[in-house]
Amino acid sequence: MSYGYIKIGSEEKAFIAKVEEISGQNVYSCYQCGKCSAGCAFSYKMDKTVNQFIHLIQLGQKERTLDANTHWICASCFTCTVRCPREIDVAALMEAVREISLRENPEKVRIADLPKESLEKLPNIALVSNFRKKTG
Amino acid sequence: MKIGVYVCECGSNIASTVDVDKIVEEAKDLPNVAVSRVYKYMCSDPGQELIKNDIDEYNLDKIVVAACSPRMHEATFRSVLEDKGLNPYVLEIVNIREHVSWVNSDKDKGTEKSMALLTGAVYRSALMKPLERKKVGVIHTALVIGGGIAGIQAALDIASMGYKTTLVEKTSSIGGKMSQLDKTFPTLDCSQCILSPKMVEVNRHPNIKLLSLSEVVAVDGYVGNFKVKIKRNPRYVIEDKCTLCGDCLPVCPVIAHDEYNQGFSPRKAIYISYPQAIPASFIIDPDDCLGINPLICTKCKEVCGPEAIDFDMQPEIIEKEFGAIVVATGYAPYPIENIGEYGYGTIHDVISGLDYERIVSASGPTEGKILRPSDGKIPETVVFIHCAGSRDPSKHLPYCSKICCMYSTKHALQYKHVVHNGTAINFYIDIRTAGKDYEEFYQRAAEEDKVIYIRGKVSEVLEDGDQILIKGVDTLSGETVELHADMVVLATGITPSEGTKEMASLMNLAVDINGFIREAHPKLKPVDTAIAGIFIAGTATGPKDIPDTVSQASGAASKACGILSQDELEIEATVAIVDDSLCLEVVACVLKRAHIALLRCK
Ligand SMILES: Cc1cc2nc3c(=O)[nH]c(=O)nc-3n(C[C@H](O)[C@H](O)[C@H](O)COP(=O)(O)OP(=O)(O)OC[C@H]3O[C@@H](n4cnc5c(N)ncnc54)[C@H](O)[C@@H]3O)c2cc1C
Ligand code: SF4
Ligand code: SF4
Repeated sequence: MSYGYIKIGSEEKAFIAKVEEISGQNVYSCYQCGKCSAGCAFSYKMDKTVNQFIHLIQLGQKERTLDANTHWICASCFTCTVRCPREIDVAALMEAVREISLRENPEKVRIADLPKESLEKLPNIALVSNFRKKTG
Repeated sequence: MKIGVYVCECGSNIASTVDVDKIVEEAKDLPNVAVSRVYKYMCSDPGQELIKNDIDEYNLDKIVVAACSPRMHEATFRSVLEDKGLNPYVLEIVNIREHVSWVNSDKDKGTEKSMALLTGAVYRSALMKPLERKKVGVIHTALVIGGGIAGIQAALDIASMGYKTTLVEKTSSIGGKMSQLDKTFPTLDCSQCILSPKMVEVNRHPNIKLLSLSEVVAVDGYVGNFKVKIKRNPRYVIEDKCTLCGDCLPVCPVIAHDEYNQGFSPRKAIYISYPQAIPASFIIDPDDCLGINPLICTKCKEVCGPEAIDFDMQPEIIEKEFGAIVVATGYAPYPIENIGEYGYGTIHDVISGLDYERIVSASGPTEGKILRPSDGKIPETVVFIHCAGSRDPSKHLPYCSKICCMYSTKHALQYKHVVHNGTAINFYIDIRTAGKDYEEFYQRAAEEDKVIYIRGKVSEVLEDGDQILIKGVDTLSGETVELHADMVVLATGITPSEGTKEMASLMNLAVDINGFIREAHPKLKPVDTAIAGIFIAGTATGPKDIPDTVSQASGAASKACGILSQDELEIEATVAIVDDSLCLEVVACVLKRAHIALLRCK
């Protein structure tokens, strides 16, 4: 069990607003049933399950959200989106966090500089987000 | 003519977004206004006194009150006028709370709108004429529609207060869903044992006329004087003659699914749905029977000693008048086959909550042994999935069905009581145990009976050999989990029954977006409908457990008796009248059965 100090001030609120703006979703529609995590084919690779990840967004915990690997493991298969009983486009939330992460650090990945072997190993979705980081 | 204008602050409810002093001042300049005042709480005793004193002092003949909705205090202010000898209908209410201050935060705009409404009201007030209330007689009998526990309780209560009551039940027996339940939470007392004495009492009560296999097909009239047509379908067995000997059973060649046992056991075309059924008589299902049409089999008739079988029975229409009506037409389980990922209807051992009630019941198809449907084995692990259909606005029901947390806990506990070393696992989103002794019941299941609770919604249920694979999540540990079970019970959500929908549309009762009948006021008039004289009880108005259903039924009964106990009723004087010169004879009013208008229209 770890310890976390939680503050929900203007920075946290700004993070929540940004995720909601990019994804077009209301993160507070989520009532933490976990059906998204239960159906996710890659849950076992995620250090935070999908619903835990959404919970971090609900609390505006930007650093802990960006530190998780959940949004990079997500393959945008939309199983969560289709199954969510609260009509949340969960995959859009994942994409929003990827966008935020990449916009803050646009040079984090320069696709042109990546060696071919890495390109073959990287999840497609990471590359797609890289191409999209300045659009939308 | 002298008009008095009274503006209410409603504490800060109105005053915070309407400049009450300003509109009071401006009102003084409107035609015929003799006095215009503001007060903090116009509905309070001093507020009412203020108006009364002014009526004396200024000789007022009309009153305008700018305050809350007329639904709240029109009656209060009308009686102020009446006390002072004025006709109560020369009162005009301006709703500057619900229509202005509560829906607006800009004080200037609020003031402007209030003034516009108030001005209109003052002009209208000048044109108002006194009205006289009409009196009508009351028919001292009640109609209760639906014979579940709600209808049974309502009928018994009305009858025991001395009024003749007709109880109309669609199926062959009263009892409703409660008759299918095994034990009831939180006391685990046997459902039949507490229900059947009430059913017997209905049968015996001199003031109750029970019409089974019957449906209401038309309702006309108005409070105190409803004219109702009831269609009584044939039973093909004469109730009074049938002795329940059962001699007909072995000879009937037809085998059909037994609805009472959720299709898990067979029945004949002639049958009684369960031993305690009321009316206590066999029935022939015309869809299954070979003898009714065409006449190819008369085996049961041949063996029936008391000659109770009559293949020629015809439906009959009964016309009756009633003073009050209670609608108690109940609920239907959500069609869980709609939840594709849970496999109901395709995986044999995935069953519904009501299916489970029959399986666990001593009077059920397995005589109370918990055996799974596919191969009759005792399941070693049973998974109970909460919220099956409920709390899912995206595809199923948006609301919480309220009873299923409790009945799933009951189911798990019953399983552990029968299969001591078995494992019962409940997957839940939230545990809702708001009710007397309900939390304790849940704690007992977890602490004493070792029912396991996993917080998370199941994503998929798959057939895996002769077992079932559950794919779920434990949101508390943050892990996705998979496990095998031998049987899965879905905590089926509940919806308004077909009969509830039919009755609502037949009587023009308002329904909510989910189809449940709407109360006249969700808090303060929970058993009234918008139509005077028609009351509601039980799950026809929304998900409810038995205690809530029964208390609501008693409430509806006492409200109905409030009407039946009067010799005449005053009918509201503000009724629609038909202007012959404008009427196009489209008869939309007739089709909508606008009762009171029809009274006046030729
Ligand atoms: C699996 C399960 C387990 C449950 N366990 C419990 C429990 O342990 N404890 C508890 O408190 N509650 C329990 N409940 C809830 C309980 O079943 C209901 O609270 C109760 O049965 C509601 O009674 P009712 O009279 O409102 O409706 P119903 O039982 O549905 O009765 C309605 C009656 O009206 C009749 N009808 C319908 N339409 C018409 C029509 N147009 N004309 C004439 N008749 C009509 C129907 O045939 C029926 O007889 C359980 C529910 C389920 C699904
Ligand atoms: S499925 Fe929807 S409501 Fe459930 S935890 Fe995931 S996002 Fe939240
Ligand atoms: S009562 Fe419990 S199981 Fe039923 S819908 Fe509500 S939360 Fe879900």
